[in-house]
Order: sequence, then C-alpha cells, then structure tokens
Amino acid sequence: MNSAKLDHAPPPAVAAPETRAAPRGRARRLWARGTAPYAFLSPTMILIFVLMIIPIAMVVSYSFKDNVIVQQNSVFVGFANYTKVLTDPDFLAALKNTFVFITVSTVAHLILGLGFALMLNTPLLGNVTKAIFRIIYILPWLFTVAVIAVIWRLMLDPSGVVNYLLTTLGGSSVDWLSDPGKALWALTFINIWAGFPFFMISILAGLQGIPGDLYEAASVDGASPIRQFWNVTIPQLRPVLISMAVLDLIWTSQQFALIWMTTGGGPLNVTEMLSTYTYKQAFSSYEFATASAAAVIVLLLTMVLAVFYVRLQKER
Amino acid sequence: MTRRRHLLGVIAVAALVGTTGVACGGSDDGASADGSVTLEFAQWWAPELPAGSFDKLMTEFTAQNPNIKVKLLSGPYASTKQQLVSGAASKTLPDVVGLDGAWVNDFAKQGAIADLSALMKDANYDESQLASQIQIQGKTYMIPIVNFVYPMFVNNDLLAKAGVTKPPSTRTEFLDAAKKITATGGNVKGWALPLDTAVPNGIQNDVMSWLWASGGTMLTKDGKPDLTNAQVKSTIEYVKSLNDASVIAPGSLTMKEQDKVEKFTTGQVGMVIDSLAHINLIKKNNPSLNFTVLPIPAEDGYTGKRGIPYASWGIGVADSSKHKAEAFKLVEFLMSKEKNAELSTLANGFPGNKTAVPDFSNSDPLFKTAFDIYQAGYPANEFVGLPKAEDLMRSFDEQLQLTLTGKQSVDDTLSKAQEDWASVL
Repeated sequence: MNSAKLDHAPPPAVAAPETRAAPRGRARRLWARGTAPYAFLSPTMILIFVLMIIPIAMVVSYSFKDNVIVQQNSVFVGFANYTKVLTDPDFLAALKNTFVFITVSTVAHLILGLGFALMLNTPLLGNVTKAIFRIIYILPWLFTVAVIAVIWRLMLDPSGVVNYLLTTLGGSSVDWLSDPGKALWALTFINIWAGFPFFMISILAGLQGIPGDLYEAASVDGASPIRQFWNVTIPQLRPVLISMAVLDLIWTSQQFALIWMTTGGGPLNVTEMLSTYTYKQAFSSYEFATASAAAVIVLLLTMVLAVFYVRLQKER
Repeated sequence: MTRRRHLLGVIAVAALVGTTGVACGGSDDGASADGSVTLEFAQWWAPELPAGSFDKLMTEFTAQNPNIKVKLLSGPYASTKQQLVSGAASKTLPDVVGLDGAWVNDFAKQGAIADLSALMKDANYDESQLASQIQIQGKTYMIPIVNFVYPMFVNNDLLAKAGVTKPPSTRTEFLDAAKKITATGGNVKGWALPLDTAVPNGIQNDVMSWLWASGGTMLTKDGKPDLTNAQVKSTIEYVKSLNDASVIAPGSLTMKEQDKVEKFTTGQVGMVIDSLAHINLIKKNNPSLNFTVLPIPAEDGYTGKRGIPYASWGIGVADSSKHKAEAFKLVEFLMSKEKNAELSTLANGFPGNKTAVPDFSNSDPLFKTAFDIYQAGYPANEFVGLPKAEDLMRSFDEQLQLTLTGKQSVDDTLSKAQEDWASVL
C-alpha cells in the first residue's frame, strides 16, 4: 500500500511542463492500478457469487413464495411457508431427532477421540505399535458414506453378524434399524463410529503440541496423572476441543447420505432429521417452497453455530 | 479517489458477472451449421442394459435419420430423476426424456413435458399399436416403451422342504405355505415386505399388488382415493395377518427392495413379489437357487383376470425442446415393432408395442413363463400417472407401519391414508 501511495504522488512541479498526453497516460495507469486488485479477486468473487450468493438468495426468495418451481406463476406469501413448516409435527419431530443425533454424536466423538488420542500419545507404547493402531483407528474415517451405510446395514441386519454374535452369546435377536425404539440410537452409533477418527487425529495433534515442561512442572509440584490430565491437558486442548465440537455440530446437522441409505428417516419417522425432511419436501412432495423455508431455518440454526465458531477463532 | 476505486470495482465485478452470466446462459438449440440436429436424451436405461447396446440402437437411428444425432445422458435411476426434476423446474429438460409413470403427472402439470397426442397426430402415428399410454386429462404425456412385471417368485426347494406340494394360488394357500416355510426354522421366513420410506415403492409392488391381483382398486372411477373400500381393507388385513403370523422377514420397516432380493437369493425367504428384471441378478448371485415365478395369489374364490403390477421405462418429449418433431421420430423408432422387440429382449422386459414379440430363445425360460402370466392377466399399477405418487406411497407406508407395529387399527390406517390422499388427489 505504501509503495502505491508513493507512485500515485508524482511531484507536481515536474508534471506540469509535460505534454497533454501525460495526464491521459497517468489516468490509464491509475485505472489499471485501481482495477488490478479487483481483477485478482474476481475469480473468487465470481465463484462465491455464482455458487453461494445466487443459490442462497434464490432459496430465501423461494421460501417466501407459493408453489415455486412447479408452477409458472408463484405468488408472494410472506411467512406462510415458515408457519406451515414450524407447525408441522414431522418438522418438529425432525428437529428433536436432529438435536439428539448431533448432540450425542458430538459428545461421543469428543470422548472417544480424546480417549484414543491419549492412547496413541502414551509413551507406554512403541512407535511401531502406535503407527499400526493409528492406521487401524483411522479406517472408519477413510470409508465413504455409501460404504459405511452398506457395511452397517449388513452388520445390523436381523440376520447379520451382530445378531449372530448376540444369539451365540445367549442373547436374543434385535431389529437394530427397524425397531422404532432403537433405530435412532443405532444410527447415532454408526455416525459416531464413522466420525471419531477425525477427532482422534486432531486431538492427537493438539496433545503433541503441549510443551513437555508443563507436565514436568506439574510432576515436580506433586500432581498425579489424573490431576495433570484435568489441569494441564484439558486446558491446553480447550481451543481444539471447542472448535472441533462446534464444527462437528455443524457437520453432523448436515448429515444426509448416511441417514438416507440406512433408515431413510424411518421407521415411523424416528430417524427423520432436518436434512431428510427437507429432501422429502422437495423431491418427493415437490413442495419446494416449504423445503426452502425448512432449508432457511436450518441455515439460520447453522449460522448461530458458525458465528459462535468465528468468534471463538477471533478470540484465539 | 476511494469513491472512484469503489466505482471501478463495482464496474469490474459487474462486467465479470455479466460475462459469466452470458457464458452460463448461452443457449444451444442443438442445431448445427450443416442443418443436422442433435437431440439430448436423458434416461437411466443404458447403464441397465448390456454395455454398448443402447448406443448401438442410437447409431442405427442416426443411420436411418442422418440429420438427427442423439447425445445420450445416462445415469442411475435416482440421479436421472433429480436431474429431470431440476431440468423441469428450470425449463431445461433434455429433448427426449426417460420417464417413470410416477413422475408424469407432476411434470405434465409443470408444463415441462409435451403433449404427445398432438405430436402423434402431427406425425400421423398409428396409436393402435401402443400397448398403453399414460394420459393426464385426455392427453398423452408418456408412452411406456418396456414394461417390467412383478410376479411372485417362489423358492421351489424351500417349498418342497416345507412340504408344500401345490404352488400357492390363493391368499389362504399363500399364508399356509408361508407358515410352513417359516416353520422349517433356521431364520428362514415365508415372505419379505420392504417398507423403507426412503424409496417407498414397496407399497406399490408388495402391498397393493395383492389388491390388484384380486381385481381390486384403490381409486374411484374419477380418480379419487378409495382406500376405505372392502377390497383394500381385506388386502391390508391380509398383510397384517401375515405379519401377525410372523411369516414376514424381520426388519421390514426399513427393508429396501435390494434387501428383499438379497434375502430371496440367499434362501432366507421363500417367496417374494419381485421384478422380472432381477432374474438374471438372482441367477448370477446364486446359480444353484431353484425358483420359479407364479401369478400373485388372489382372494379365495376369485376367478377374474389378475392384475399384475408393472413398472415401465416410459418416454416423453420436453415441452421446451426446439426439435419436437425430430424427438418424436426417436420415439417412433424405439416404439417400432422390430426395435421395440429388440429393446425388450435386451432389457428382459415386455414390449410397449402390442405387435412386438420379444425373443425368448436366448433368455431364461422363466421369462416365457412370466410372459404367459402377463398375457393371462392385465398390467395393473394405479400409481402410474398420479400426482406426487411417491409421496402417496410414503404416507400410506407410514400409516401401514403403525398398523404393523400394533399402534393403530386397520380402519384407522385406511381412514387416515384416505385423508392424506384426498388432499393430493
């Protein structure tokens, strides 16, 4: 910026005696310099405009209209779609299910991720052993959602491996994904299984960044390993843990494919989430206006988390 | 200075966005300088046919019509549906589209697909050769090219092991056979009922098929829902009786169609209602499975013709197409006696052209058996042409699940489903 200011301010005493072409040349240079930053920014700005601003603006505008997309002349209906969505028992059930799903998933991801990260960070295991375990533990995160859904559908099938083990051990067979009392918990378990390795790796990186002298000082002060965990490890990991938790809440709330490919929102809507509700409204009921209203509500809820996350990052 | 920079910035961005808009919005009407026309044809059929066979048919079409080229847009069923829903919304549907009967009403109401009756009239096309046409308010919007019927698949070995000597032909005989198969033990069940709500076509194929097989109907003559009639009630009570007798494979509330096929293939289920298109898949996955196909059992004492559920590969023309006449030539080509028979043979389906005869010489003998069942009965699928057909199936599915889990009576299920449907139909 400083160099630009210098270039823009040639001594007037020198410029005055030049020919009339000089001001034009200077104006061109000024124009070029003025537009250059925007030219550099333009690819990103265009992408953001085309891929984010336009679609979001369209969805928001759809949410205030009636019979959008499926009819030629849709009319402005104000907040009618929002009222319809917010008073729909299915939406409220989806909201409750989503809350349970994302909260339990995130808490379990944190606890499991921390546990496994501590195990992989322990000096009690050799490096080779830790490397092998690291590869094994990260496998669930490497599978695509489709593979995860197929694997767990097969394993949790009434005639699947899990029930085989249960019945072999003297238990009774369970309809994990089709019993209305168990489906949400089974689905949450699958999501926890699929997502904990990412937490594990992130927390492990955080653990490895904690200076060793903090533990040494704590030891000198006579702190037990448990005390060290609560008074050194957790405070040092706090920024990582909170950031990961907020991101996980956002990501899990957007989970669609896993739910669609395992239970489809059933049985009896017990695994219906905001994502599946919105999809059904749009692509099954062709109610794009109410689907847009539901999507905007989800966007607003997610934005609360996003704002929280951004503020957290700024504080750091 | 700052103001000028802002102004320049706004102009630059506006110019760039404008350029992008032009680039994105540039239209291609499919006509080239040499006068030839390129038709876009979106369907899910090519991936389901032997590799390259559909492209070969298109090459033959171009050979017959040198001025018309065809660009195939092929994808799986679900993504084709989403592509068409988006295309219908933005009026950018490909010229020719593969259609499922469940989508037609919605696309027609949006004005996204063209009135084929008018195109047939313009082309002096002989409609009498068509086995069926899907019409909305008297106008044809879809022509079924190939039909896939859903008979009852029966595992002969399991039936024999259970001591069932006569294949079930009535509901009572079916329940009896299912009980006997289930009694053989080892996690084997008599029947499978996929009620997953993500793709709720189990209501069409596995539930309402019992109704149609006994000549019943779920609609009034003027197309309104009639779910509380005696035949529908009898059908749902029968399905409930199968559930109460524990002859249905567990997990049915979230079971998908592929799970049903898998369970039949592995011998975990003795009888299923399934598409003929799965015969090859079943034989490939379990060559030793000894099975046959039967008409779906009817109510005891029913002697009339049996409806047999079917699904179609339908074809339509986009209303926004600038080459409707050329698009209809492609429809005519695929519906011609020779090509329709060829396509049906490739797809293991039954032809949409009444005069076409599929070649069973190289097919599994079960196709011939199924063709005889098809010809003895009539194709029945009352969901075809209904608005929001998938949504209707889903709302019925949710009510049925309440009955099967003991939370609701059959009467309540039917009256609530009737109420749901009445708001749509």
